[in-house]
Amino acid sequence: MKSVLSVRGLNKRFGAVVAADALSLDIAANQRVSLIGANGAGKTTFVNMITGYLKPDSGSIALDGVDIGRRSPRNVARLGVSRSFQIPQLFIELTAAENLAVAVSGMRTRSLSLHSPAEAQGRRDKALELLERFGLADQADRPISELAGGVRKLVDIAMALVRRPKLLLLDEPTSGVSAEEKFATMDRVIRAVAPDAATLVFVEHDMEIVSRYADRVVAFYQGRILADGDPHNVLRDPEVRRYVTGSAR
Amino acid sequence: MKQGLHPLVMILLVVAATLFGRVLPTWTLSLATVAASNALIALGIVVLARTGNVSFGQGLFFAAGGYGVALIANAWGITDAVAQMLIGAVCGGLLGLVIGPLIARYSGIFFGMLTLALSMVLYGALVKSTALGGSDGFNVGRPSLFGMIFADPREADFMLYAVSVVTTGLAGIGATILFRSELGLTSLAVRENNLRVEYLGISANRVITLNFVIAAIFAGASGALALMAQRHIDPQFAYWTTSGEFVFVAVLSGYQSVAAVFVASLALELVRSFSNLYLPNTWQLVLGVFLLGVILFLPRGIGSLWIRDRRKTIKPAAATPVAAKKGVAL
Repeated sequence: MKSVLSVRGLNKRFGAVVAADALSLDIAANQRVSLIGANGAGKTTFVNMITGYLKPDSGSIALDGVDIGRRSPRNVARLGVSRSFQIPQLFIELTAAENLAVAVSGMRTRSLSLHSPAEAQGRRDKALELLERFGLADQADRPISELAGGVRKLVDIAMALVRRPKLLLLDEPTSGVSAEEKFATMDRVIRAVAPDAATLVFVEHDMEIVSRYADRVVAFYQGRILADGDPHNVLRDPEVRRYVTGSAR
Repeated sequence: MKQGLHPLVMILLVVAATLFGRVLPTWTLSLATVAASNALIALGIVVLARTGNVSFGQGLFFAAGGYGVALIANAWGITDAVAQMLIGAVCGGLLGLVIGPLIARYSGIFFGMLTLALSMVLYGALVKSTALGGSDGFNVGRPSLFGMIFADPREADFMLYAVSVVTTGLAGIGATILFRSELGLTSLAVRENNLRVEYLGISANRVITLNFVIAAIFAGASGALALMAQRHIDPQFAYWTTSGEFVFVAVLSGYQSVAAVFVASLALELVRSFSNLYLPNTWQLVLGVFLLGVILFLPRGIGSLWIRDRRKTIKPAAATPVAAKKGVAL
């Protein structure tokens, strides 16, 4: 199967701390991959290197065969990698629709317009269509500062989806969401992203979410890949149980 | 444009303000001319401030516009006020195009200090330059308008008032359209979270540079207007206290409303004139207290007086045309 993302021999150190130790990984199109690991295992560093925020010390990252390992977050986004954040990164004084309108403006290949209204009909429609998909149409004109944490999370994901990315990375999409709502939230996310982002990588600490929504699980430990495979096998791996899920006995 | 005045209404307001000069006493004409000129450069600072960056060195472009016009006017005999204003805008804009991309990489206090440093470099160079009159500067001739020469001082003052009000008014209309535009909204996004803007595929540096160049164009035109009003130029145009005064106006106005910039500039000139008249030795103290009062009671600037009122009329859950809250109302 064709790989959307291909990572080879990726290394990253922060002083004495090894955040990525010769990581190699392929992610095929249409896969839904979950990255798991304890805090400090290297998941977020991995995501940050793929999205251009951190430059690897060595190794290569290719998106559809194009090297993206040394590119800026802006270039990586333009090539087709989008992400959402563990703590939603939104423009809190702007409304949900305006946040989406900024994201839609990012689709332009030319410079931003100095006169075309920010919420011109096309941009506004696209913003509302995305919010509708996440069940947030009624929140469109409320400032982000007035929205609950769970809603902000969904707006953050909606913004990442605007570019119809080849690869969508979600950093803990259900963190901060109550236990009762986590499945409903994840169902909504999976449904909403499906038309625009077939290949999905999500960092997750909740093993119920992982086993229910991932096709494949990659377990990280001290910057290395401890296990990689289908959820059933990885979550039963003794080393994963010992170092990641913490359920050895 | 769901909120705020229609551009045609704004044009009518500019025409009305211009004609109002006909009935103003002579002493207020020159005061209003200075206020309009200062409002223009302060408007540029507000445009830039929407990206989260404050320039403490707009005197650089103010002086570039002023000196550019003075040199060209003296060398080529261009006396037309509109041509001089356009030359000033071009000089400021060209310098902004050179400096903008370099300075856009910095933010916060580094950005502010760099702009200040650059303006002081120009100030130092101008003071040492004997060809440009050194610290004394040099004079320029009386401006004309479309071939008309104004011998009557009252008519000359009105002409300058009209050019200043029309220029600043048109710049205000342009800024209002800009604030409502794609670039205007993205500028606010850059101010809040420039990294997220990059993750959306937008160059935050380019957004800052564009706003920086617009601010430089406004500053250059303002320098030309100030030159025409004084008919003299000296390095003081680039001095840090001159830049500080424009920041003062921008702080007074806040970034929410274009009209607030004009109100703040006029208020500052009035407070300065009257305190200078009645309290000649302590007028700076009065100015300081005035600014302190605005910061304490209107922390979002004078513009928040009417922008806040408009927000109160909007039901929280209603489909809010939020343009009004983002500083696009005139």
